Amino acid sequence: MNGRIAGWSFAAPALIVIGGFFLLPVAVAFALSFTDFDLYALASLDNLRFVGLRNYLELLKAPLFWQALGNTLYFVVLGVPLSIGLSLGAALLLNSPLARAQAFFRTALFAPVVTTLVAVAIVWRYLFHTRYGWVNQGLAALGIDPIDWLGDPHWSMPTIILLAVWKNFGYNMVILLAALQAIPRELYESARIDGAGTWQELVHVTLPSLGPVLSLVSILTMAGYFQLFAEPYVMTEGGPLRSTFSVLYFMFEQGFKWWNLGVASAIAFLLFALVLAASEALLRFARSRGMA
Amino acid sequence: MKGHAILVNALLAALAFVSLFPLLWMLSVSFMPPGAASTLPPPLLPAAPTLDNYRDLFARMGMGRYFFNSFVVALSITAGSVAFNVMAGYAFAKLEFAGRERIFRGLIGALVIPAQVAMMPLFLELKALGLVNSYGGVIVPALATIFGIYLVRQYARSIPDELLEAARVDGASELTIFLRVVVPLLKPIIVTLAVFSFLASWNDFMWPLIVLTDSQHYTLPVALASLSREHVQDNELMMAGSVVTVIPVLVLFIALQRHYIAGLLAGSVKG
Repeated sequence: MNGRIAGWSFAAPALIVIGGFFLLPVAVAFALSFTDFDLYALASLDNLRFVGLRNYLELLKAPLFWQALGNTLYFVVLGVPLSIGLSLGAALLLNSPLARAQAFFRTALFAPVVTTLVAVAIVWRYLFHTRYGWVNQGLAALGIDPIDWLGDPHWSMPTIILLAVWKNFGYNMVILLAALQAIPRELYESARIDGAGTWQELVHVTLPSLGPVLSLVSILTMAGYFQLFAEPYVMTEGGPLRSTFSVLYFMFEQGFKWWNLGVASAIAFLLFALVLAASEALLRFARSRGMA
Repeated sequence: MKGHAILVNALLAALAFVSLFPLLWMLSVSFMPPGAASTLPPPLLPAAPTLDNYRDLFARMGMGRYFFNSFVVALSITAGSVAFNVMAGYAFAKLEFAGRERIFRGLIGALVIPAQVAMMPLFLELKALGLVNSYGGVIVPALATIFGIYLVRQYARSIPDELLEAARVDGASELTIFLRVVVPLLKPIIVTLAVFSFLASWNDFMWPLIVLTDSQHYTLPVALASLSREHVQDNELMMAGSVVTVIPVLVLFIALQRHYIAGLLAGSVKG
């Protein structure tokens, strides 16, 4: 066996899986999004018709799509900065020479990341129970009236955002902590010689050094948050009044509840395009600020 | 300075409390008898700890079955994807073949495509292959990942070419070289990859929910989501179900934490 054949045969199994069960379906999904593939087509392909841009145009006219999009954007716009902010704060605390028991704290803060989302979403549902939940108990101790977290359409999405932030902040915390530890000591020493205090060090040394890593984790987190699905599926079933109904939830219902696979594919591509555009915009913003 | 130290550690303690409280509370409530958690004020610890919820789950709700399903699926995906990703990652790093760089660049480019774009046709494809509503429907599409190949390739690039050449001069076949020389050198990244795959497949929800259409093949997250819709009021029972689902991954993480974090960092600094 010569090197060339060896290379191909070692790479082939993985490439077959990725090609056959990811790249091929992606290409087919693009084609599917221009058809009326539905329950009838599932029964017989004779019922399949090419409909051009109809799925896309009808989605853009559907109030439910815009509602799902609005909810998803709400989740992203509030959730990403909160997540990154908490990750950064926690990383700074862990990196402080004053912090004790760093290994314990790092593990504790990271633990939610590895838990199963469905399981912790169920836990969350009970913790935020209006009457018996510990969150309202805690608020009552502060003299705040109970909030109907999951039953009030104004509070349902914030509750889901809190779950996502709690579950995810440890991930970026670990990445940012590694980046903090990689900042050369000399930068801090020369800042100190120039008379910089703790705050000035943070603004003039730490944050600029973290710039590229911060923009990277922001983009990755944002792309992930656009895929909101399991949290509302488990906690609220998209309600109340569809206040937590997301774009991916819409795709799931269209595709696998009503079997409108053509429409579902169009939703998937609209979401994909949106994520690409948002990532590009964030990257440009970061570059313009010298952060990437 | 002393005030600072107290502030830093108090904030860390507060964060640790917020991170761990939901998990500890879940554990505590899982040992309470039905209805005990829904009293005022809600108790923090069970007055009379009981294993009834766990007994109920395994004896009446088929939790044993779901646990078994999750293990079969997660272990198969871990074994298969580690093998495929390591072979491919090594090939992309160290073996010359036509189109190697172009294919690798294409794979990296495809990383931006979210998984759900493929889901609709993938369902039809697996249906045609007779894999819908079987373990295979969850396992097969997960048997290789671009991220895994990337991770292995980065690591395998540090293997010295002379080592491989020397083995070739000695007349070793490419397969022998891979198994005897390459795999032992890649051991750290193999452990990392295995932990990653196991955690990801154990926790995965959306695709198993779609492709497993009846309950006998449900993995734990899918079963738990479905049980929680039927048993909205059974707080204590659902906490026990959550404990059963979360404990294996938490234990695995705590045991292999170092490898997991190493992989996470290797994957994120691609720049």
